[in-house]
Amino acid sequence: MRTLISISDLSKTYSGGFQALKGINLDIRDGEILALLGPNGAGKTTLISIICGLINASTGSVTVDGYDIVDDYRMTRSKIGLVPQELTTDSFESVKDTLAFSRGLFGKKPDPGHIEKVLKDMSLWDKRDNKIMELSGGMKRRVLIAKALAHEPEILFLDEPTAGVDVELRKDMWHHINALRESGVTIILTTHYIEEAEEIADRVGVISHGKIIIVEEKTELMQKLGKKQLTLELQHELADVPDTLNAYKLELSDDGLRLIYTYDSQEERTGIAGLLSDLHDASIKFKDLHTTQSSLEDIFVTLVREGQ
Amino acid sequence: MNFHAVKAIYLFEMARTIRTLFQSVVSPVISTSLYFVVFGSAIGSRITEIDGISYGSFIVPGLIMLSILTQSVANASFGIYFPKYSGTIYELLSAPVSYFEIILGYVGAAATKSIILGLIILSTAGLFVPIQIAHPLWMLIFLVLTAVTFSLFGFIIGIWANSFEQLQIIPLLVVTPLVFLGGSFYSIDMLPPLWQKITLFNPVLYLVSGFRWSFYEIADVSVAWSLTMITVFLGVCMFTVWWIFKTGYQVKK
Ligand SMILES: Nc1ncnc2c1ncn2[C@@H]1O[C@H](COP(=O)(O)OP(=O)(O)OP(=O)(O)O)[C@@H](O)[C@H]1O
Ligand SMILES: [Mg+2]
Repeated sequence: MRTLISISDLSKTYSGGFQALKGINLDIRDGEILALLGPNGAGKTTLISIICGLINASTGSVTVDGYDIVDDYRMTRSKIGLVPQELTTDSFESVKDTLAFSRGLFGKKPDPGHIEKVLKDMSLWDKRDNKIMELSGGMKRRVLIAKALAHEPEILFLDEPTAGVDVELRKDMWHHINALRESGVTIILTTHYIEEAEEIADRVGVISHGKIIIVEEKTELMQKLGKKQLTLELQHELADVPDTLNAYKLELSDDGLRLIYTYDSQEERTGIAGLLSDLHDASIKFKDLHTTQSSLEDIFVTLVREGQ
Repeated sequence: MNFHAVKAIYLFEMARTIRTLFQSVVSPVISTSLYFVVFGSAIGSRITEIDGISYGSFIVPGLIMLSILTQSVANASFGIYFPKYSGTIYELLSAPVSYFEIILGYVGAAATKSIILGLIILSTAGLFVPIQIAHPLWMLIFLVLTAVTFSLFGFIIGIWANSFEQLQIIPLLVVTPLVFLGGSFYSIDMLPPLWQKITLFNPVLYLVSGFRWSFYEIADVSVAWSLTMITVFLGVCMFTVWWIFKTGYQVKK
Protein backbone atom coordinates (compact mmCIF):
# COMPACT_ATOMS: atom_id res chain seq x y z
CA MET A 1 0.00 0.00 0.00
CA ARG A 2 1.08 3.55 -0.72
CA THR A 3 2.66 5.58 2.05
CA LEU A 4 0.57 8.65 2.81
CA ILE A 5 2.37 10.15 5.78
CA SER A 6 6.07 9.73 6.19
CA ILE A 7 7.72 10.68 9.46
CA SER A 8 11.49 10.67 9.61
CA ASP A 9 13.83 11.21 12.55
CA LEU A 10 11.30 13.36 14.30
CA SER A 11 12.35 14.70 17.69
CA LYS A 12 10.80 17.21 20.02
CA THR A 13 12.38 18.89 22.99
CA TYR A 14 10.03 21.21 24.86
CA SER A 15 11.27 24.61 25.92
CA GLY A 16 11.77 23.35 29.47
CA GLY A 17 14.35 20.91 28.12
CA PHE A 18 12.19 17.79 28.25
CA GLN A 19 12.62 15.52 25.25
CA ALA A 20 9.19 14.15 24.44
CA LEU A 21 10.03 12.50 21.10
CA LYS A 22 13.30 10.77 20.32
CA GLY A 23 13.83 10.13 16.64
CA ILE A 24 10.48 8.83 15.45
CA ASN A 25 10.38 7.03 12.10
CA LEU A 26 6.99 5.91 10.91
CA ASP A 27 5.19 5.43 7.62
CA ILE A 28 1.43 5.64 7.65
CA ARG A 29 -0.32 3.94 4.77
CA ASP A 30 -3.04 5.31 2.61
CA GLY A 31 -6.45 4.12 3.76
CA GLU A 32 -5.42 2.31 6.91
CA ILE A 33 -6.52 2.66 10.50
CA LEU A 34 -3.44 2.95 12.66
CA ALA A 35 -3.81 2.78 16.42
CA LEU A 36 -1.09 4.35 18.54
CA LEU A 37 -0.91 2.71 21.93
CA GLY A 38 1.19 4.02 24.75
CA PRO A 39 1.13 4.89 28.42
CA ASN A 40 0.52 8.41 29.74
CA GLY A 41 3.23 10.78 28.67
CA ALA A 42 4.56 8.49 25.92
CA GLY A 43 4.46 11.27 23.36
CA LYS A 44 1.35 10.38 21.35
CA THR A 45 -0.22 13.81 21.55
CA THR A 46 3.11 15.48 20.88
CA LEU A 47 3.54 13.44 17.70
CA ILE A 48 0.05 14.25 16.46
CA SER A 49 0.42 17.91 17.35
CA ILE A 50 3.53 18.23 15.22
CA ILE A 51 1.93 16.62 12.18
CA CYS A 52 -1.12 18.85 12.51
CA GLY A 53 0.83 22.08 12.99
CA LEU A 54 0.09 22.79 16.65
CA ILE A 55 3.71 22.66 17.73
CA ASN A 56 7.01 22.82 15.94
CA ALA A 57 9.33 19.84 15.71
CA SER A 58 12.87 20.26 17.02
CA THR A 59 14.44 18.11 14.30
CA GLY A 60 13.25 15.78 11.58
CA SER A 61 10.55 16.09 8.98
CA VAL A 62 7.09 14.93 8.05
CA THR A 63 5.52 14.72 4.62
CA VAL A 64 1.86 14.23 3.87
CA ASP A 65 1.12 12.91 0.41
CA GLY A 66 4.58 14.09 -0.57
CA TYR A 67 4.14 17.62 0.77
CA ASP A 68 6.25 18.94 3.63
CA ILE A 69 4.19 19.96 6.67
CA VAL A 70 6.15 23.20 7.11
CA ASP A 71 6.85 24.37 3.57
CA ASP A 72 3.53 23.26 2.10
CA TYR A 73 1.39 23.66 5.20
CA ARG A 74 -1.66 24.76 3.25
CA MET A 75 -1.65 21.55 1.24
CA THR A 76 -1.02 19.23 4.15
CA ARG A 77 -3.33 20.88 6.67
CA SER A 78 -6.29 21.06 4.31
CA LYS A 79 -6.09 17.27 4.00
CA ILE A 80 -6.10 16.70 7.75
CA GLY A 81 -8.82 16.76 10.37
CA LEU A 82 -7.86 16.73 14.04
CA VAL A 83 -9.86 15.69 17.08
CA PRO A 84 -7.88 16.83 20.11
CA GLN A 85 -7.58 14.87 23.32
CA GLU A 86 -8.91 17.62 25.54
CA LEU A 87 -12.49 18.77 25.36
CA THR A 88 -11.81 22.22 23.99
CA THR A 89 -14.95 23.63 22.48
CA ASP A 90 -16.50 27.04 22.19
CA SER A 91 -19.34 27.60 24.60
CA PHE A 92 -21.83 30.09 23.28
CA GLU A 93 -21.90 29.10 19.63
CA SER A 94 -24.50 26.70 18.31
CA VAL A 95 -23.42 23.24 17.18
CA LYS A 96 -24.28 24.01 13.57
CA ASP A 97 -22.43 27.34 13.57
CA THR A 98 -19.29 25.85 15.01
CA LEU A 99 -19.22 23.27 12.21
CA ALA A 100 -19.73 25.93 9.58
CA PHE A 101 -16.86 27.87 11.15
CA SER A 102 -14.55 24.86 10.99
CA ARG A 103 -15.40 24.23 7.38
CA GLY A 104 -14.68 27.85 6.44
CA LEU A 105 -11.44 27.87 8.38
CA PHE A 106 -10.21 25.00 6.23
CA GLY A 107 -10.97 26.91 3.09
CA LYS A 108 -14.09 25.07 1.96
CA LYS A 109 -17.16 26.89 0.72
CA PRO A 110 -20.34 26.45 2.78
CA ASP A 111 -22.19 23.17 2.26
CA PRO A 112 -25.20 22.76 4.57
CA GLY A 113 -25.85 19.31 3.10
CA HIS A 114 -22.49 18.00 4.22
CA ILE A 115 -22.83 19.58 7.66
CA GLU A 116 -26.22 17.92 8.02
CA LYS A 117 -24.77 14.53 7.08
CA VAL A 118 -21.91 14.85 9.57
CA LEU A 119 -24.26 15.93 12.35
CA LYS A 120 -26.57 13.00 11.64
CA ASP A 121 -23.65 10.55 11.55
CA MET A 122 -22.54 11.81 14.94
CA SER A 123 -26.10 11.64 16.34
CA LEU A 124 -26.06 15.39 16.91
CA TRP A 125 -28.74 16.49 14.49
CA ASP A 126 -31.26 16.98 17.31
CA LYS A 127 -28.82 19.27 19.03
CA ARG A 128 -27.82 21.33 16.02
CA ASP A 129 -29.30 24.58 17.35
CA ASN A 130 -28.16 24.10 20.94
CA LYS A 131 -25.31 26.07 22.37
CA ILE A 132 -22.30 23.85 22.88
CA MET A 133 -22.22 24.56 26.60
CA GLU A 134 -25.64 22.94 26.87
CA LEU A 135 -24.28 19.57 25.75
CA SER A 136 -22.98 16.68 27.82
CA GLY A 137 -19.29 15.73 27.82
CA GLY A 138 -19.79 12.83 25.42
CA MET A 139 -21.77 15.05 23.08
CA LYS A 140 -19.03 17.67 23.15
CA ARG A 141 -16.54 15.00 22.16
CA ARG A 142 -18.76 14.16 19.19
CA VAL A 143 -18.97 17.84 18.30
CA LEU A 144 -15.16 17.85 18.12
CA ILE A 145 -15.24 14.85 15.79
CA ALA A 146 -17.92 16.49 13.69
CA LYS A 147 -15.84 19.69 13.48
CA ALA A 148 -12.87 17.69 12.26
CA LEU A 149 -15.04 16.09 9.56
CA ALA A 150 -16.68 19.32 8.47
CA HIS A 151 -14.10 20.00 5.77
CA GLU A 152 -14.08 16.47 4.38
CA PRO A 153 -10.50 15.58 5.33
CA GLU A 154 -8.58 12.73 3.71
CA ILE A 155 -6.78 12.02 6.96
CA LEU A 156 -8.30 12.00 10.39
CA PHE A 157 -6.35 12.17 13.64
CA LEU A 158 -8.31 11.08 16.68
CA ASP A 159 -6.53 11.68 19.98
CA GLU A 160 -8.42 9.39 22.35
CA PRO A 161 -11.74 9.71 20.59
CA THR A 162 -13.68 7.49 22.94
CA ALA A 163 -12.53 8.84 26.30
CA GLY A 164 -15.69 9.64 28.22
CA VAL A 165 -18.05 8.17 25.64
CA ASP A 166 -20.48 5.53 26.84
CA VAL A 167 -20.24 1.91 25.69
CA GLU A 168 -23.08 2.00 23.23
CA LEU A 169 -21.91 5.18 21.60
CA ARG A 170 -18.37 3.89 21.52
CA LYS A 171 -19.53 0.93 19.42
CA ASP A 172 -21.46 3.37 17.31
CA MET A 173 -18.37 5.51 16.87
CA TRP A 174 -16.26 2.54 15.85
CA HIS A 175 -18.90 1.83 13.26
CA HIS A 176 -18.60 5.39 11.91
CA ILE A 177 -14.83 5.26 11.95
CA ASN A 178 -15.01 2.09 9.92
CA ALA A 179 -17.43 3.70 7.51
CA LEU A 180 -15.01 6.59 7.08
CA ARG A 181 -12.21 4.18 6.34
CA GLU A 182 -14.41 2.48 3.75
CA SER A 183 -14.86 5.84 2.08
CA GLY A 184 -11.08 6.12 1.81
CA VAL A 185 -10.17 8.22 4.84
CA THR A 186 -6.90 7.32 6.54
CA ILE A 187 -7.32 7.25 10.30
CA ILE A 188 -4.77 7.54 13.06
CA LEU A 189 -6.07 7.19 16.57
CA THR A 190 -4.50 7.03 19.98
CA THR A 191 -6.04 5.05 22.73
CA HIS A 192 -5.43 3.56 26.11
CA TYR A 193 -8.02 0.86 25.46
CA ILE A 194 -6.41 -2.16 23.95
CA GLU A 195 -9.78 -3.60 22.95
CA GLU A 196 -10.31 -0.51 20.92
CA ALA A 197 -7.14 -1.08 18.96
CA GLU A 198 -8.09 -4.74 18.55
CA GLU A 199 -11.54 -3.87 17.40
CA ILE A 200 -10.88 -1.32 14.69
CA ALA A 201 -7.20 -0.94 13.83
CA ASP A 202 -5.42 -2.45 10.84
CA ARG A 203 -2.04 -1.81 12.37
CA VAL A 204 -0.95 -1.09 15.89
CA GLY A 205 2.00 1.07 16.87
CA VAL A 206 3.32 1.05 20.40
CA ILE A 207 5.03 4.20 21.60
CA SER A 208 6.79 4.67 24.90
CA HIS A 209 9.13 7.32 26.25
CA GLY A 210 9.17 9.12 22.95
CA LYS A 211 10.10 6.11 20.84
CA ILE A 212 8.18 3.81 18.57
CA ILE A 213 8.77 0.35 19.92
CA ILE A 214 6.87 -1.67 17.40
CA VAL A 215 4.51 -1.17 14.50
CA GLU A 216 2.78 -4.30 13.32
CA GLU A 217 -0.27 -5.60 11.56
CA LYS A 218 -2.90 -6.28 14.11
CA THR A 219 -3.33 -9.84 12.81
CA GLU A 220 0.33 -10.54 13.54
CA LEU A 221 -0.08 -9.22 17.04
CA MET A 222 -3.17 -11.35 17.39
CA GLN A 223 -1.06 -14.40 16.63
CA LYS A 224 1.12 -13.49 19.54
CA LEU A 225 -2.07 -13.14 21.46
CA GLY A 226 -2.85 -16.73 20.46
CA LYS A 227 0.19 -18.01 22.40
CA LYS A 228 -0.64 -19.86 25.56
CA GLN A 229 1.46 -21.14 28.40
CA LEU A 230 1.00 -24.30 30.42
CA THR A 231 2.64 -24.17 33.83
CA LEU A 232 3.28 -27.38 35.76
CA GLU A 233 3.97 -27.16 39.49
CA LEU A 234 6.37 -30.04 40.19
CA GLN A 235 6.36 -32.24 43.26
CA HIS A 236 10.13 -32.49 43.37
CA GLU A 237 12.86 -30.12 42.43
CA LEU A 238 14.27 -30.77 38.98
CA ALA A 239 17.90 -29.97 38.12
CA ASP A 240 17.63 -30.23 34.33
CA VAL A 241 15.02 -30.91 31.73
CA PRO A 242 15.64 -34.49 30.49
CA ASP A 243 16.76 -34.82 26.85
CA THR A 244 13.72 -36.91 26.03
CA LEU A 245 11.64 -33.75 26.45
CA ASN A 246 13.79 -31.52 24.21
CA ALA A 247 11.17 -31.42 21.48
CA TYR A 248 8.83 -29.44 23.73
CA LYS A 249 11.32 -26.58 24.37
CA LEU A 250 10.34 -26.45 28.01
CA GLU A 251 11.47 -23.73 30.36
CA LEU A 252 12.49 -24.62 33.89
CA SER A 253 12.04 -22.01 36.57
CA ASP A 254 15.09 -20.98 38.62
CA ASP A 255 13.98 -22.86 41.72
CA GLY A 256 13.47 -25.99 39.58
CA LEU A 257 9.90 -26.38 40.77
CA ARG A 258 8.04 -25.19 37.70
CA LEU A 259 8.01 -26.30 34.09
CA ILE A 260 6.59 -23.93 31.50
CA TYR A 261 5.37 -25.07 28.10
CA THR A 262 4.48 -22.44 25.48
CA TYR A 263 2.19 -23.51 22.66
CA ASP A 264 -0.08 -22.05 20.06
CA SER A 265 -3.70 -22.56 21.01
CA GLN A 266 -4.79 -21.94 17.43
CA GLU A 267 -2.87 -25.00 16.19
CA GLU A 268 -4.88 -28.16 15.82
CA ARG A 269 -2.40 -30.19 17.85
CA THR A 270 -1.24 -28.41 20.92
CA GLY A 271 1.09 -31.24 21.96
CA ILE A 272 -0.24 -31.23 25.50
CA ALA A 273 -1.34 -34.87 25.46
CA GLY A 274 2.09 -35.99 24.23
CA LEU A 275 3.88 -33.83 26.78
CA LEU A 276 1.89 -35.25 29.68
CA SER A 277 2.57 -38.84 28.61
CA ASP A 278 6.29 -38.12 28.05
CA LEU A 279 6.48 -36.52 31.51
CA HIS A 280 4.98 -39.68 32.93
CA ASP A 281 7.59 -41.77 31.13
CA ALA A 282 10.35 -39.55 32.52
CA SER A 283 8.87 -39.99 36.00
CA ILE A 284 8.32 -36.30 36.54
CA LYS A 285 5.36 -35.83 38.85
CA PHE A 286 3.43 -32.62 39.25
CA LYS A 287 0.91 -31.50 41.83
CA ASP A 288 -0.89 -28.81 39.87
CA LEU A 289 -1.14 -27.23 36.46
CA HIS A 290 -2.66 -24.11 34.97
CA THR A 291 -2.70 -22.27 31.67
CA THR A 292 -2.40 -18.59 30.93
CA GLN A 293 -3.07 -16.70 27.74
CA SER A 294 -0.95 -13.70 26.81
CA SER A 295 -3.19 -10.81 25.85
CA LEU A 296 -2.33 -7.82 23.70
CA GLU A 297 -2.19 -6.06 27.01
CA ASP A 298 0.61 -8.38 28.20
CA ILE A 299 2.47 -7.90 24.96
CA PHE A 300 2.02 -4.18 25.33
CA VAL A 301 3.23 -4.12 28.91
CA THR A 302 6.27 -6.26 28.06
CA LEU A 303 7.12 -4.12 25.08
CA VAL A 304 6.86 -0.93 27.05
CA ARG A 305 9.01 -2.39 29.82
CA GLU A 306 11.63 -3.60 27.36
CA GLY A 307 11.57 -0.26 25.63
CA GLN A 308 12.72 1.60 28.71
CA MET B 1 -5.38 33.39 -0.01
CA ASN B 2 -7.88 31.45 2.09
CA PHE B 3 -10.84 33.85 1.88
CA HIS B 4 -13.25 31.37 3.40
CA ALA B 5 -11.10 31.27 6.52
CA VAL B 6 -10.87 35.06 6.83
CA LYS B 7 -14.63 35.25 6.44
CA ALA B 8 -15.16 32.48 8.99
CA ILE B 9 -13.01 34.21 11.60
CA TYR B 10 -14.52 37.61 10.86
CA LEU B 11 -18.10 36.35 11.12
CA PHE B 12 -17.31 34.36 14.25
CA GLU B 13 -16.00 37.48 15.96
CA MET B 14 -18.86 39.63 14.73
CA ALA B 15 -21.34 37.03 16.00
CA ARG B 16 -19.70 37.36 19.40
CA THR B 17 -20.28 41.10 19.23
CA ILE B 18 -23.91 40.63 18.39
CA ARG B 19 -24.35 38.09 21.19
CA THR B 20 -22.86 40.54 23.64
CA LEU B 21 -24.62 43.53 22.14
CA PHE B 22 -25.31 45.04 25.51
CA GLN B 23 -21.70 45.19 26.70
CA SER B 24 -20.48 45.98 23.23
CA VAL B 25 -22.67 48.91 22.36
CA VAL B 26 -25.08 49.88 25.06
CA SER B 27 -22.54 50.33 27.82
CA PRO B 28 -20.16 52.62 25.87
CA VAL B 29 -23.16 54.68 24.81
CA ILE B 30 -24.30 55.01 28.39
CA SER B 31 -20.85 55.96 29.64
CA THR B 32 -20.49 58.53 26.85
CA SER B 33 -23.81 60.05 27.80
CA LEU B 34 -22.59 60.25 31.38
CA TYR B 35 -19.49 62.11 30.22
CA PHE B 36 -21.72 64.63 28.52
CA VAL B 37 -23.88 65.07 31.56
CA VAL B 38 -20.82 65.57 33.79
CA PHE B 39 -18.34 67.35 31.54
CA GLY B 40 -20.61 68.87 28.95
CA SER B 41 -23.42 70.20 31.07
CA ALA B 42 -22.37 70.30 34.71
CA ILE B 43 -18.74 71.33 34.43
CA GLY B 44 -18.62 72.44 30.81
CA SER B 45 -21.08 75.25 31.40
CA ARG B 46 -18.46 76.85 33.67
CA ILE B 47 -15.64 76.40 31.15
CA THR B 48 -15.21 79.06 28.54
CA GLU B 49 -15.16 78.26 24.86
CA ILE B 50 -11.99 76.77 23.45
CA ASP B 51 -10.96 78.29 20.13
CA GLY B 52 -14.53 79.42 19.63
CA ILE B 53 -15.99 75.96 20.23
CA SER B 54 -18.21 75.25 23.24
CA TYR B 55 -16.59 72.84 25.68
CA GLY B 56 -19.29 70.21 25.14
CA SER B 57 -18.65 70.14 21.40
CA PHE B 58 -14.90 70.35 21.90
CA ILE B 59 -14.70 67.06 23.80
CA VAL B 60 -16.73 65.02 21.28
CA PRO B 61 -13.74 63.91 19.12
CA GLY B 62 -11.74 63.07 22.24
CA LEU B 63 -14.59 61.03 23.67
CA ILE B 64 -14.96 59.07 20.47
CA MET B 65 -11.21 58.44 20.43
CA LEU B 66 -11.34 57.29 24.03
CA SER B 67 -13.95 54.68 23.14
CA ILE B 68 -12.26 53.63 19.90
CA LEU B 69 -8.92 53.13 21.58
CA THR B 70 -10.14 51.24 24.60
CA GLN B 71 -12.66 49.16 22.68
CA SER B 72 -10.24 48.26 19.88
CA VAL B 73 -7.66 47.09 22.36
CA ALA B 74 -10.20 45.27 24.52
CA ASN B 75 -11.91 43.51 21.64
CA ALA B 76 -8.91 42.42 19.69
CA SER B 77 -6.98 41.31 22.74
CA PHE B 78 -9.90 39.28 24.07
CA GLY B 79 -10.66 37.87 20.63
CA ILE B 80 -7.31 36.12 20.33
CA TYR B 81 -6.61 35.60 24.03
CA PHE B 82 -9.77 33.65 24.69
CA PRO B 83 -9.10 30.79 22.22
CA LYS B 84 -5.62 30.58 23.69
CA TYR B 85 -7.09 30.37 27.17
CA SER B 86 -9.87 27.89 26.33
CA GLY B 87 -7.67 25.80 24.04
CA THR B 88 -9.84 26.23 20.95
CA ILE B 89 -6.86 27.86 19.27
CA TYR B 90 -5.82 24.31 18.32
CA GLU B 91 -8.20 24.55 15.41
CA LEU B 92 -6.72 27.80 14.17
CA LEU B 93 -3.21 26.39 14.38
CA SER B 94 -4.17 23.21 12.55
CA ALA B 95 -6.01 25.05 9.77
CA PRO B 96 -4.50 25.98 6.40
CA VAL B 97 -4.45 29.68 7.23
CA SER B 98 -1.54 32.08 7.13
CA TYR B 99 -0.80 34.51 9.92
CA PHE B 100 -1.85 37.32 7.66
CA GLU B 101 -5.27 35.75 7.23
CA ILE B 102 -5.65 35.20 10.96
CA ILE B 103 -4.82 38.86 11.62
CA LEU B 104 -7.11 40.02 8.87
CA GLY B 105 -10.01 38.13 10.43
CA TYR B 106 -9.46 39.13 14.05
CA VAL B 107 -8.20 42.67 13.60
CA GLY B 108 -10.73 43.32 10.84
CA ALA B 109 -13.60 42.30 13.11
CA ALA B 110 -12.31 44.27 16.10
CA ALA B 111 -11.78 47.38 13.99
CA THR B 112 -15.20 47.09 12.37
CA LYS B 113 -16.79 46.94 15.76
CA SER B 114 -14.89 50.01 17.00
CA ILE B 115 -15.75 52.01 13.92
CA ILE B 116 -19.45 51.21 14.27
CA LEU B 117 -19.21 52.10 17.93
CA GLY B 118 -17.47 55.39 17.12
CA LEU B 119 -20.26 56.32 14.74
CA ILE B 120 -22.90 55.40 17.31
CA ILE B 121 -21.20 57.60 19.91
CA LEU B 122 -20.98 60.39 17.39
CA SER B 123 -24.74 60.19 16.84
CA THR B 124 -25.36 60.03 20.58
CA ALA B 125 -23.20 63.12 21.09
CA GLY B 126 -25.22 64.88 18.42
CA LEU B 127 -28.22 64.62 20.73
CA PHE B 128 -26.44 66.62 23.43
CA VAL B 129 -24.34 69.23 21.66
CA PRO B 130 -24.08 70.83 18.24
CA ILE B 131 -21.48 69.09 16.08
CA GLN B 132 -20.01 70.08 12.78
CA ILE B 133 -17.71 67.95 10.69
CA ALA B 134 -15.52 70.08 8.48
CA HIS B 135 -13.73 67.21 6.75
CA PRO B 136 -15.88 64.06 6.82
CA LEU B 137 -13.49 62.06 4.68
CA TRP B 138 -10.52 62.85 6.91
CA MET B 139 -12.69 62.11 9.90
CA LEU B 140 -13.32 58.62 8.52
CA ILE B 141 -9.67 58.12 7.61
CA PHE B 142 -8.56 58.96 11.15
CA LEU B 143 -11.31 56.78 12.56
CA VAL B 144 -10.37 53.75 10.46
CA LEU B 145 -6.61 54.16 10.89
CA THR B 146 -6.94 54.48 14.64
CA ALA B 147 -9.32 51.54 14.91
CA VAL B 148 -7.05 49.30 12.83
CA THR B 149 -3.87 50.36 14.60
CA PHE B 150 -5.22 49.86 18.07
CA SER B 151 -6.94 46.60 17.17
CA LEU B 152 -3.57 45.39 15.99
CA PHE B 153 -2.08 46.63 19.25
CA GLY B 154 -4.78 44.74 21.14
CA PHE B 155 -4.09 41.61 19.10
CA ILE B 156 -0.45 41.79 20.19
CA ILE B 157 -1.48 42.14 23.82
CA GLY B 158 -3.82 39.16 23.47
CA ILE B 159 -1.03 37.01 22.10
CA TRP B 160 1.44 38.19 24.69
CA ALA B 161 -0.87 37.80 27.68
CA ASN B 162 -0.77 34.61 29.69
CA SER B 163 -3.50 35.49 32.15
CA PHE B 164 -6.57 37.65 32.40
CA GLU B 165 -4.63 40.04 34.66
CA GLN B 166 -2.01 40.59 31.98
CA LEU B 167 -4.79 41.11 29.51
CA GLN B 168 -6.20 43.97 31.60
CA ILE B 169 -2.97 45.54 32.74
CA ILE B 170 -1.84 47.25 29.54
CA PRO B 171 -5.18 48.89 28.78
CA LEU B 172 -5.45 49.97 32.39
CA LEU B 173 -1.91 51.17 32.99
CA VAL B 174 -1.02 52.45 29.54
CA VAL B 175 -3.92 53.08 27.22
CA THR B 176 -6.37 54.79 29.55
CA PRO B 177 -3.81 57.22 31.09
CA LEU B 178 -2.45 58.09 27.67
CA VAL B 179 -5.93 58.87 26.43
CA PHE B 180 -6.80 61.01 29.43
CA LEU B 181 -3.48 62.86 29.27
CA GLY B 182 -3.56 63.12 25.49
CA GLY B 183 -5.73 66.15 25.19
CA SER B 184 -9.08 64.36 24.90
CA PHE B 185 -10.72 66.72 27.33
CA TYR B 186 -8.58 69.84 26.94
CA SER B 187 -6.37 71.72 24.54
CA ILE B 188 -2.71 71.43 25.49
CA ASP B 189 -2.52 75.23 25.40
CA MET B 190 -4.31 75.06 28.74
CA LEU B 191 -1.32 73.23 30.30
CA PRO B 192 1.82 74.75 31.85
CA PRO B 193 4.70 74.92 29.30
CA LEU B 194 6.63 71.95 30.76
CA TRP B 195 3.58 69.69 30.56
CA GLN B 196 2.95 70.84 27.02
CA LYS B 197 6.41 69.51 26.11
CA ILE B 198 5.88 66.22 27.92
CA THR B 199 2.51 65.72 26.29
CA LEU B 200 4.17 65.87 22.88
CA PHE B 201 5.60 62.42 23.66
CA ASN B 202 2.11 61.00 24.05
CA PRO B 203 1.09 59.33 20.77
CA VAL B 204 -2.59 59.68 21.59
CA LEU B 205 -2.26 63.46 21.43
CA TYR B 206 -1.59 63.20 17.70
CA LEU B 207 -4.63 61.02 17.11
CA VAL B 208 -6.98 63.23 19.08
CA SER B 209 -5.56 66.39 17.57
CA GLY B 210 -5.90 65.14 14.00
CA PHE B 211 -9.35 63.78 14.66
CA ARG B 212 -10.50 67.04 16.24
CA TRP B 213 -9.12 68.95 13.29
CA SER B 214 -11.36 66.95 10.95
CA PHE B 215 -14.31 68.24 12.99
CA TYR B 216 -13.49 71.86 13.89
CA GLU B 217 -10.25 72.64 12.07
CA ILE B 218 -8.52 73.30 15.35
CA ALA B 219 -5.48 71.24 16.30
CA ASP B 220 -2.74 71.07 18.91
CA VAL B 221 -0.22 69.75 16.39
CA SER B 222 -0.21 69.86 12.62
CA VAL B 223 -2.37 67.38 10.72
CA ALA B 224 0.68 66.08 8.84
CA TRP B 225 2.28 65.19 12.17
CA SER B 226 -0.88 63.45 13.26
CA LEU B 227 -0.94 61.33 10.14
CA THR B 228 2.76 60.55 10.35
CA MET B 229 2.55 59.48 13.97
CA ILE B 230 -0.39 57.15 13.46
CA THR B 231 1.28 55.61 10.42
CA VAL B 232 4.47 55.07 12.40
CA PHE B 233 2.53 53.43 15.19
CA LEU B 234 0.70 51.24 12.69
CA GLY B 235 4.04 50.26 11.21
CA VAL B 236 5.47 49.38 14.61
CA CYS B 237 2.45 47.20 15.40
CA MET B 238 2.67 45.45 12.05
CA PHE B 239 6.34 44.76 12.51
CA THR B 240 5.76 43.40 16.02
CA VAL B 241 3.02 41.08 14.81
CA TRP B 242 5.24 39.88 11.98
CA TRP B 243 8.05 39.23 14.44
CA ILE B 244 5.75 37.40 16.86
CA PHE B 245 4.55 34.99 14.22
CA LYS B 246 7.94 34.58 12.65
CA THR B 247 9.43 33.43 15.94
CA GLY B 248 6.31 31.55 17.03
CA TYR B 249 6.51 33.53 20.26
CA GLN B 250 3.84 32.49 22.78
CA VAL B 251 1.72 30.86 20.10
CA LYS B 252 3.34 27.54 19.31
CA LYS B 253 5.35 25.49 21.73
N1 LIG C 1 3.92 22.00 26.62
C1 LIG C 1 4.73 21.12 27.19
N2 LIG C 1 5.85 21.53 27.81
C2 LIG C 1 6.68 20.64 28.37
N3 LIG C 1 6.50 19.32 28.36
C3 LIG C 1 5.41 18.84 27.76
C4 LIG C 1 4.46 19.71 27.13
N4 LIG C 1 3.48 18.96 26.60
C5 LIG C 1 3.78 17.68 26.89
N5 LIG C 1 4.94 17.59 27.58
C6 LIG C 1 5.58 16.38 28.06
O1 LIG C 1 5.85 15.54 26.95
C7 LIG C 1 5.60 14.19 27.27
C8 LIG C 1 4.67 13.58 26.26
O2 LIG C 1 3.42 14.18 26.38
P1 LIG C 1 2.20 13.77 25.46
O3 LIG C 1 1.08 14.68 25.77
O4 LIG C 1 2.67 13.73 24.05
O5 LIG C 1 1.88 12.29 25.98
P2 LIG C 1 0.71 11.30 25.55
O6 LIG C 1 1.35 10.08 25.00
O7 LIG C 1 -0.26 11.97 24.68
O8 LIG C 1 0.07 10.96 26.96
P3 LIG C 1 -1.46 10.70 27.36
O9 LIG C 1 -1.73 9.27 27.06
O10 LIG C 1 -1.48 10.97 28.81
O11 LIG C 1 -2.30 11.63 26.59
C9 LIG C 1 5.07 14.18 28.71
O12 LIG C 1 6.10 13.80 29.56
C10 LIG C 1 4.66 15.60 28.95
O13 LIG C 1 4.86 15.94 30.30
MG1 LIG D 1 -2.15 12.52 24.84
